[in-house]
Amino acid sequence: MDTFSALGQGFLVALAPAKLLYALIGVFLGTAVGVLPGIGPALTVALLLPVTFKLDPTGSLIMFAGIYYGGMYGGSTTSILINTPGESASMITALEGNRMAKAGRGGPALATAAIGSFVAGTIATIGLAFFAPWLVDLAIQFGPADYFALMVLAFVTVSATFGDSPLRGLTSLFVGLLLGLIGIDRLTGQARLTFGVPELLDGIEVTTLAVGLFAVGEALYVASRRHHDPEEIEPVRGSLWMTKEDWSRSWKPWIRGTFLGFPIGALPAGGAEIPTFLSYTIERRLSKHPEEFGKGAIEGVAGPEAANNASAAGTLMPLLTLGLPTSATAAIMLAGFQQYGLNPGPLLFAERPDLVWGLIASLFVANVMLVILNLPLVGLWVRLLAIPQPWLYAGILVFAAMGTIAAKASVVELSMLAIFGALGFLMRRFDYPIAPMVVGLILGPMAETQLRRALSISLGDPIALVESPIAAGLLVIAALALLAPFFMAGLDRFKASED
Amino acid sequence: MAEARTGRPVDRAAIVIGVFLLILAAITVWDARRLTMTSTYGMGPEAMPYIIAGGLALLAAGHFVFALRSSLPAREQADSGAILWIALGLVALIAGIGFGAGFIPAMALLFAATARAFGRTAIVTDLVIGLVLAFVVYLMFTKLLTLALPEGPLERLL
Repeated sequence: MDTFSALGQGFLVALAPAKLLYALIGVFLGTAVGVLPGIGPALTVALLLPVTFKLDPTGSLIMFAGIYYGGMYGGSTTSILINTPGESASMITALEGNRMAKAGRGGPALATAAIGSFVAGTIATIGLAFFAPWLVDLAIQFGPADYFALMVLAFVTVSATFGDSPLRGLTSLFVGLLLGLIGIDRLTGQARLTFGVPELLDGIEVTTLAVGLFAVGEALYVASRRHHDPEEIEPVRGSLWMTKEDWSRSWKPWIRGTFLGFPIGALPAGGAEIPTFLSYTIERRLSKHPEEFGKGAIEGVAGPEAANNASAAGTLMPLLTLGLPTSATAAIMLAGFQQYGLNPGPLLFAERPDLVWGLIASLFVANVMLVILNLPLVGLWVRLLAIPQPWLYAGILVFAAMGTIAAKASVVELSMLAIFGALGFLMRRFDYPIAPMVVGLILGPMAETQLRRALSISLGDPIALVESPIAAGLLVIAALALLAPFFMAGLDRFKASED
Repeated sequence: MAEARTGRPVDRAAIVIGVFLLILAAITVWDARRLTMTSTYGMGPEAMPYIIAGGLALLAAGHFVFALRSSLPAREQADSGAILWIALGLVALIAGIGFGAGFIPAMALLFAATARAFGRTAIVTDLVIGLVLAFVVYLMFTKLLTLALPEGPLERLL
């Protein structure tokens, strides 16, 4: 019953007219930015973070929820209409969705993606509301050693287990951890790796890193190879609406996708790729029309798109209850919390229930707004896609720089943005994943704090790290997850067959 | 992502990245050795840098082994002119902000240079578009959201 009354309170917060307006602005901006080619939800959230700087925390987080979900919707539109998924989780959507669009069924593809996202987002948010308090109860019993073990597990899953190459994933993670060292050590007040540059004393801003790696890096990458693959926008022809057959072929994949996406997203298992891959494979196997797969099967859009959205809601679970970001988007959202001095975790549920439950309630609100707004407005979003590439990327860079300037207007900060941009370009060129670096930057210092806390409680005895059964168990899982890719050729084969 | 393997015996890019990781590890160790205040029990501020440096060194070794065995995914020919134009735009932006030219002109330069990188040749038109865009953004953020953005001679007139 507690959950019901808490959620009810949350709706009272989220349904206040001003908050509804924030949610609407968030949804609108999120979709508008997310629909731009090459921009995934992580970058959408990072680019729009400055917009929320001057709002109150509740309003800002509500706008954030809208931006997040809006960015996800926008991303699927891009995947379907021009086959440029902004992130790996929408790759599968592009696979079938773009074929549908080419066959003149872009409307139903967009509709099944939108309605599927709505269904999945709603069910997953209900899951979030009901499981979060339970996880909070569990988290209260966590000591520093348990937190440290949990973070180690998150590091491993984000960088090694599910990537293409553990070597490249771990390299990205460790460079992120290294960047996390920069600044004043919180316990002794000594500066680390600042090289006498005063601007570095505060550490590296997560948003500067994320925007540099994602936006500037992407612009450099696309510019460097613009002669290679020109993009084509598929016009939305014919009816937007799904036929009866479309509905009957879509609803089961939506549900199955949701139940794949939410648990995998909620575990610290890193990202939405796995559930979308799994959903696609399952739908292809279960479909009555397997011959249509690869030529534009609606199940191949409905399932993965639902899985993608459900896992996005799932990643909010560890973020809100444990303060543990397991995707680049979640890392940036955590930075959004931190700009108000808020630390997600069990304490936040106790201290600011209005804020946490307001946020959860506004996820429902954002979902409803999206499904109402997006189908009628699809014409507008398509027009955004038609912005010529030079202006599009010029605009993206202007907004990227604007965000950095709004946060910290200094030459050092802008130079870092440029350096991270160059790094992002090289990482794309040599196929290093970007998310582990962002997660490493934000989670590294947190892991260090927990580790040092655990060791100072135990007077330096390292046994303390494995004394708690929770910590020991998590570390064992982390070790297995680290070694798994080297032994499980099966996972590689599974991936190779999707490529 | 089709990873076309080339037949080269040693992947030079992987070697360069490995060396780079080693340099990072060395800098980290050098910096951590300067930390004088350590804790009497538990873990001092120098421990984590050592752990990370160790990890980076291991990853460097991993890259060297990798370079001998296989190679990084094949790269396409990059358009260095385009990269140079964007770099120029970023330098113009940083210089513009650094020397107090203000937000709007700096952004217009970035906009025009990026558009040039993507193959536009009408630089004057793009400068004007950049100016208008930066102007609108500036007004929105300073007036509507009351954020402080760098001011130059142009912005002080508003």
